[in-house]
Amino acid sequence: MPHDHQNDEPLSSSGHPYRADNDTTLSYWQVMEIAVRELLIEKGHISASQVHEQINRMDARSPANGASIVARAWTDPQFKAALLTNASQTSQDMGFDIGPMHLIALENTEKVHNVIVCTLCSCYPRNLLGLPPDWYKSRAYRSRTVVEPRKVLSEFGLEFNQKIQIRVHDSTADMRYIVIPYQPAESEGLSETELAKWITRDSMIGVGLPRAPA
Amino acid sequence: MKVRVNSHWPPGHIRTPAYLRGKQGEIEREIGLFNNPEQNAYRLASEQRALVRVRFTMAEVWGDAAETPDDVIEAEIYTHWLEPV
Amino acid sequence: MGGDPAGKISYDQHDFALWEKRVDALMVLASSAGLMNTDSLRRVLEDMGEEAYEAMSYYERWIASVGQNMIEVGAFSTAELAKKMAQVKERGSTYGDAT
Repeated sequence: MPHDHQNDEPLSSSGHPYRADNDTTLSYWQVMEIAVRELLIEKGHISASQVHEQINRMDARSPANGASIVARAWTDPQFKAALLTNASQTSQDMGFDIGPMHLIALENTEKVHNVIVCTLCSCYPRNLLGLPPDWYKSRAYRSRTVVEPRKVLSEFGLEFNQKIQIRVHDSTADMRYIVIPYQPAESEGLSETELAKWITRDSMIGVGLPRAPA
Repeated sequence: MKVRVNSHWPPGHIRTPAYLRGKQGEIEREIGLFNNPEQNAYRLASEQRALVRVRFTMAEVWGDAAETPDDVIEAEIYTHWLEPV
Repeated sequence: MGGDPAGKISYDQHDFALWEKRVDALMVLASSAGLMNTDSLRRVLEDMGEEAYEAMSYYERWIASVGQNMIEVGAFSTAELAKKMAQVKERGSTYGDAT
């Protein structure tokens, strides 16, 4: 007998409905999620519509947000300077609702390449870029990046000569980080909108480089 | 300004990574005041504590085992975990 | 954690399931409601220890932490949670049936 409730959850951000998930065998932890959610709603601490809205809010956050900020930084030196001084304020001024997040922008140059990690947990600028990839949260990434960043980067396909300094940023406390990748020469002269397509999520973490869109 | 991370090992919720304790670095920038996570983690009324970013060379952190001695690690450390050098 | 030996990084990526997005939302909303915070989430995760990291997925650990946080702060009691979990299980054998 189907449930008499509105199954109005949004589509997964891949565009597919949650069918597969809904068909899987109920696990202990899924039972706990349902129970915790319903109890909090019954007790009046939260509402069902807040849950729905919060999911939508997180779904709307994606690397595209960061890409548009980086593209503007590439084309507008004053904006870049403001971003490097106060990334929280500057991204909010550009219209992004980052909530209480404190953001620091770090610039890659000809001499410096930045890479972000959170060794203690999995801190990530989620209120701008959306949820982090699984590998970012893995023990392997979290423990190895502070010890052997160049080896880790080479596994992501990046090699750097000794003239470039690697700076590993361990997101240990209240700050969250976004890397401003170094603008590739081949992209000079493109519009902000075009440039945004060059900037990948991985390049804003520091494990990738911007590249021409497919 | 040169600082050294305290080599303290208390229990509880600590945001100073083990691998940086006892290490010397330089303050890269001051960030401001934040609620002390060591208290916040237990929902205790927390005091505001000063947070700074500290830059450490790989040589300082890992010694001879450093992949590239002049690469750096930068981390946010609460100043109550730091002493001047 | 930083500097501990570890193997190759796996790049498999999974689309977040609805229940996982709900766990994430619950953490954010419970924090906004003043019932927990990022530090208390993390502290409970840390106290869960190594075995939890091995045996449980990311959001399984998160819902365990949120649940414990709620009990600690008195948002509901252990007994209430147990009773609700039993009721939820009765609804059916899939997440879709039970939710």
